[in-house]
Amino acid sequence: MSAKSNTDETQETSQADNQKRYWQSNLRLLGKLLFVWFIVSFGCGIILADWLDQFSIFGFKLGFWFAQQGAIYVFVVLIFVYARQMKSLDRKFGVGDDKDPKEESQL
Amino acid sequence: MSTQLLTYLFVGSSFALYIGIAIWSRAGSTKDFYVAGGGVHPVVNGMATAADWMSAASFISMAGIISFIGRDGSVYLLGWTGGYVLLALLLAPYLRKFGRFTVPDFIGERYYSQAARIVAVICLIFVSFTYVAGQMRGVGIVFSRFLEVEVTTGVIIGMAVVFMYSVLGGMKGITYTQVAQYCVLIFAYMVPAIFISIMITDNPIPQLGFGAEVNDGSGLSVLDKLDGVLLDLGFSAYTEGSKSTIDVFAITAALMFGTAGLPHVLVRFFTVPKVSDARLSAGYALAFIAILYTTAPAVASFARLNLVDTVHNTAYADAPEWFGNWESTGLIAWQDKNDDGIMQYGAGAALSPSKPSFDGNTGVHGERLLTNKSTSSVNEVYIDRDIMVLANPEIAGLPGWVIALVAAGGVAAALSTAAGLLLVISSAISHDLLKKTLLPKITEKQELLYARIAAAVAVCIAGLFGIYPPAFVAQVVAFAFGLAAASLFPALLLGIFSKRANKEGAIAGMLVGLVFTFTYIAYFKFVAPELNTADHWLWGISPEGIGTIGMLLNFSIAIVVSRLTAEPPQSVQDLVDNIRIPSGAKAAVEH
Repeated sequence: MSAKSNTDETQETSQADNQKRYWQSNLRLLGKLLFVWFIVSFGCGIILADWLDQFSIFGFKLGFWFAQQGAIYVFVVLIFVYARQMKSLDRKFGVGDDKDPKEESQL
Repeated sequence: MSTQLLTYLFVGSSFALYIGIAIWSRAGSTKDFYVAGGGVHPVVNGMATAADWMSAASFISMAGIISFIGRDGSVYLLGWTGGYVLLALLLAPYLRKFGRFTVPDFIGERYYSQAARIVAVICLIFVSFTYVAGQMRGVGIVFSRFLEVEVTTGVIIGMAVVFMYSVLGGMKGITYTQVAQYCVLIFAYMVPAIFISIMITDNPIPQLGFGAEVNDGSGLSVLDKLDGVLLDLGFSAYTEGSKSTIDVFAITAALMFGTAGLPHVLVRFFTVPKVSDARLSAGYALAFIAILYTTAPAVASFARLNLVDTVHNTAYADAPEWFGNWESTGLIAWQDKNDDGIMQYGAGAALSPSKPSFDGNTGVHGERLLTNKSTSSVNEVYIDRDIMVLANPEIAGLPGWVIALVAAGGVAAALSTAAGLLLVISSAISHDLLKKTLLPKITEKQELLYARIAAAVAVCIAGLFGIYPPAFVAQVVAFAFGLAAASLFPALLLGIFSKRANKEGAIAGMLVGLVFTFTYIAYFKFVAPELNTADHWLWGISPEGIGTIGMLLNFSIAIVVSRLTAEPPQSVQDLVDNIRIPSGAKAAVEH
């Protein structure tokens, strides 16, 4: 009896532990992506824009290009990178949702 | 075929299409009505989100505003796209995992409190009505110019169409009409943009033409030429900003965080089958949005160049036809200050007060006479920013079918957003206010009926806003973002990322954020508009950007109050653990 409840407990802790590590990897990924998000928009598009304007790209001043074009392209890429990386994190920690989605959606 | 007839044909057939879809996708259950049954494919949802998102402000006003303020217009481009990164990374997957019908539903459950739910409903209604007012006005503008009907008639026709598919079809009807509306609006936006880009730079891709050389043999790039032309006329250079860095920063942040906190966008992610679909779907949504958002600044610069070319130093008698057409709607006016019969365009307001009021007579050149006083500026021409996108094809001399297409696109953009907003308003009322709070005993059938009634009432109120508009489109919409950023975003974010956040903190934070932001905006916009200058603003932050400060206030108060009061019950902490992992997500369910 006591042995069984012990294994249950260990399983529970290891599951909680697994979730905790999953969450921390998630937060690390978020940190990296949001850093890029901040740099291209508020960094290159606003704070550093005047300085970047001395360079040029495709005929634009660089700071102006980031503010009106470049940052938007980076945003799109960021979300797809996130969706991909999270999918592999989900798999690594076994918390994904790709097992039998049909059954789930019927619930 | 005349442009007029083509416009009727295009707008009319697009309406027939939307209504057809509405009848085909009638909602049978509350789940259909609130979240389209929960089985929408991520690409389809991405497209619907893009249409939901791109409103009359994006379609009609944004390029016009950028056209007039040049570099400072970046705040809209960055703000209204960057918010999707926050939405995708911080909110959408978790709210999908939570799997309920509405945003207040999440707040109510997560903060285990009916009071929190009600506060969220109030925030939602504030935000959504501010936003919907802009949409109906957009419909009115398109109708009054292109179909030559009264604005009021135009708004009523628009209301009737939205009524059809939102009341009948709920989220299900809205989702599939929005997909059709996305196709109409993006096509309508891109066709003239490509034509104009070819005309000005020989480059068919507007995003590249924007940086290319003008094909007039001058060897100057579009932006260099525009800078030069505008400096000559006394404006500041197009690529130089005039807003302070802190204000640009604050406005961009308010728009970004506001985007992530907008209920009508968030609720779209409740409709996909899985958590991983919600993440992907946000990516598709932004990709579809980016097509328009990277084209808009190009259109803005081309339009400004074209406008100066065609208007400045042109005799009124030789003015192109579009000038008179828009003059008759009151969105363009000319006052011949130096009696030479020639229009001089330049910096500064042409008229005092700056909006034209006509006395009903016409002058010697055939222009509509004004009761406004002249200003000391040499500028004689008043041009409403809202017309730039709509007038652009005419200014560039494009064929009639392009003009008709733009009219259909403008209406599609306004209607798709209005429908999405009306849906979240009606579901907040029928689901959160009635079913979850006041009348918990009603059956699903009754709830569905209440949802339809609430949608119908909301359509009528929105129509009134359209007939008696508060201010011009994008400006009104910009405030909705400040309010969303300051009220809903922090409560949602903390609800997912902090287990310690409790009901006391969330309620206090939302209330302070909303009241602070609303008061600041109302003070400078309505109570004391004469004080609305940088000297009187808090740290030089304009009412458009104050949502950022409201949001920071909300966060600090929510965190501090949560620390000082009891931690949330275990069941709520378990709920937070549960929404953090994707596995076991069910389709949105009644509970």
